[in-house]
Amino acid sequence: MNHYETVFILNPVLSETQIKETVQKYEDFLVSKGAKMVSKEDWGLKKLAYPIQNKKSGFYHLFEYQVEGEVINPLEIEFRRDERFMRYLTVTLDKHAISWAERRRAKLKQKA
Amino acid sequence: MASIEQQAKGKKEGEIRYLTPLNIETNKAKKYCRFKKSGIKYVDYKDADWLLGFINEQGKILPRRLTGTSLKYQRKVSVAVKRARHLALLPYVTDLLK
Repeated sequence: MNHYETVFILNPVLSETQIKETVQKYEDFLVSKGAKMVSKEDWGLKKLAYPIQNKKSGFYHLFEYQVEGEVINPLEIEFRRDERFMRYLTVTLDKHAISWAERRRAKLKQKA
Repeated sequence: MASIEQQAKGKKEGEIRYLTPLNIETNKAKKYCRFKKSGIKYVDYKDADWLLGFINEQGKILPRRLTGTSLKYQRKVSVAVKRARHLALLPYVTDLLK
């Protein structure tokens, strides 16, 4: 069970409900594949550093989860097929990254 | 031939010649690796404003001789900056970024 972290950007033209539904869809997809969701973060509408598909902003979301390795490829195929996704990045987390993520979450909780 | 003549001409113009070489002591603050000093082990690609310290105004990654980071962490920084650029957290190229 490797530790993964996925950040993806959703099209800004989507409505609130569509975004919730998309995030929920992929979370269920992961859980159905036997993933253990560690954390979900919603950074909301952020300005992009450069226009992607002529859009100046996007909805950022972060998934952190533990899953078997072979689940990642079908997940990314789903991302590629779904046109609501402007961009995604999946990263494996080593032990330093995991401890950093925990500390970062604790900091965010304190601030919130 | 030409260079010898130039040297001869140079001497004639009466350059000031110092016996001992001048060592102008620029205040060279000892550069240190921020990661080793503060004990950070992971460069987070999501933290764009921390990465701003490692790129210049045009958004290019600064070399080690300017930032003073060690080789091991410079590689991590460059991977993190490229990931941040992919996610549009950092621009690929820009002007007056800071």
